[in-house]
Amino acid sequence: MSGSSAGPIPASTPAPDGAIGRVPDTVGQALILSRYQLRDYLRSRRFLLMIAIVVALGAILTLVIAHFRPSGLLSSPNNFYGGIWGGGAAFLILFAGIIFGGDAIAGEFQNKTGYFLMGLPLRRVTVYAGKYLAVLLASIVSILLYLVVVLANGVAYFGWSAFSDPGQLLASFALALLYLLALMGFVFLFSSLFKTSLYAVLVVAVLFLIGFSILQSVIVSLTATEPWYLLSYVSGVISYPLTGVPEHVAHVRAAGVLATVYSPTYAEGIGVMLGYFFLTTIGGLFLFEREEFT
Amino acid sequence: MSPSIHAVDLTKRFNSFTALDHLNLQVEGAKCVGFLGPNGAGKTTTLKMFTDLIFPTEGESFINGVSVQKDRKRALSVCGDLIETPEIYPSLTPREALEMSGALRGMRPEEIRSRTTTVLEEVKMGDWAGQKVGRFSKGMKQRVNLAAALLSDPEVVILDEPSTGLDPRGMAEVRAIVKGLKKENRLIFMSSHILSEVVDVCDEVALLDRGKLLFYDTLANVSQRLGTGSRTVEAEFASPVEDDALRASLSGLSQVVGWSRSSDRRITVELRGDLGGQATVVQRLASLPSGLVSFHQSRSALEEVYLREISVGDA
Repeated sequence: MSGSSAGPIPASTPAPDGAIGRVPDTVGQALILSRYQLRDYLRSRRFLLMIAIVVALGAILTLVIAHFRPSGLLSSPNNFYGGIWGGGAAFLILFAGIIFGGDAIAGEFQNKTGYFLMGLPLRRVTVYAGKYLAVLLASIVSILLYLVVVLANGVAYFGWSAFSDPGQLLASFALALLYLLALMGFVFLFSSLFKTSLYAVLVVAVLFLIGFSILQSVIVSLTATEPWYLLSYVSGVISYPLTGVPEHVAHVRAAGVLATVYSPTYAEGIGVMLGYFFLTTIGGLFLFEREEFT
Repeated sequence: MSPSIHAVDLTKRFNSFTALDHLNLQVEGAKCVGFLGPNGAGKTTTLKMFTDLIFPTEGESFINGVSVQKDRKRALSVCGDLIETPEIYPSLTPREALEMSGALRGMRPEEIRSRTTTVLEEVKMGDWAGQKVGRFSKGMKQRVNLAAALLSDPEVVILDEPSTGLDPRGMAEVRAIVKGLKKENRLIFMSSHILSEVVDVCDEVALLDRGKLLFYDTLANVSQRLGTGSRTVEAEFASPVEDDALRASLSGLSQVVGWSRSSDRRITVELRGDLGGQATVVQRLASLPSGLVSFHQSRSALEEVYLREISVGDA
């Protein structure tokens, strides 16, 4: 039996640098991978679906505002943007995260695209980072499209004075991006946890569309404490640069019942979103590093 | 330094099932090695550990002396591989997929362009280079995957049943491509359960069964050392042939170990000895009134060894 033996064989002498010398570093490879992954997204049906959602939302808002002309909303550009940008952006970010990110890692296993990538001389962190970046960019393209619709409406109602205070809108956009980063970390965590894309998409969609809302109501009504640790709750800060910061704890009497209404502070919002981003991204990467292509 | 792959006590367990049991195998030099074994023997499991798709429970795998488990990027930088039937991002074209692969390997743009054209032509996908992969058949995708494995002109090529999903013509073409890959300073390690493919392409064979390595040697040595020295041939007649006539025809020939009937017009004869003895058998059978229409070897020496070794394992 030539070339094999019963006991362990000592390891061979390591090879000289050779081909490794020209392989790009991890960051370089992640950028290359994200470029091709983004190209795949932008040509895919899911991107068309996302665009359709953005266009539908923009069209509904445009028609509703044109028909009802709500005086509060049309009182100033910031009130206008605060009313239609903040909530809409958070909604679209959730959809973008799910549509682009839900199968980002799970799909590598389920669709077997991972067999093509992982045979290449790259680390798993490269694949994770490359795909993260591609999902982020595809989502930003979608959000920017929505911003264009919002700005077009602003110009229609306020003329060029719609751009009189761009700093506030930019600050709100930056917070929306932070929310996107945090949400994607969360989506990638579940995408790494499951080898089936559908499970990852369903879990994230159910949690954000239903689960967190129920949880938030239950926590507030039963414990009378602020649900500061819920990502959906702190996403409320996206509108603050435009609408102003509401009272942190407000007591509102409605239909004879005194209710406590919590609103996140800037510090809570930014801190919790950063926390979600770092913890879930690291958690997702930890899972992906250990997942096998069986 | 000659290319090499090296498994040291490589073991993989899935819960209580041992898929690979302390594999020690060192293959070194420019050659093509067939990695044989029945389904479930542990071939793909081994190759997946050589490409870091799964992780060993014990042991380690090396490519050119670099541990795949400790430094996958460095180890795989000299390796082109095709494991199972990978999928490529469906909206990309073969040219784009290979561009991505080449860029991730650090190939220069002009090198990527020229190699992409060469390897896509080699796998007969040149005309499809600009079409989206999502529309391709399984066989077409497998050709693109093979092209991607060869793009960087790697020193070590690891192929897991590369003709999977291909039609007979495609299988023959892949066989020709793999044969063409054999060159100075390249090691090809190819799993297969198509023995004729291995005989046609490989210089050496390693046989795996139930996670254990049964043998690793040159094809010639395997046939000589492990073979029984006999070979099986099939003869077909134009009209039914009588048992008595066959018995009379083959009696007294020392090269005939035995014969059996497959149908009223077909028989299988086990022979030993040289080709001269085989020629005498052909002459005898041709003289029968039923009319001999064909006479060919039904199993290769490797096939005989394979079936015997695997059945020994079964016992």
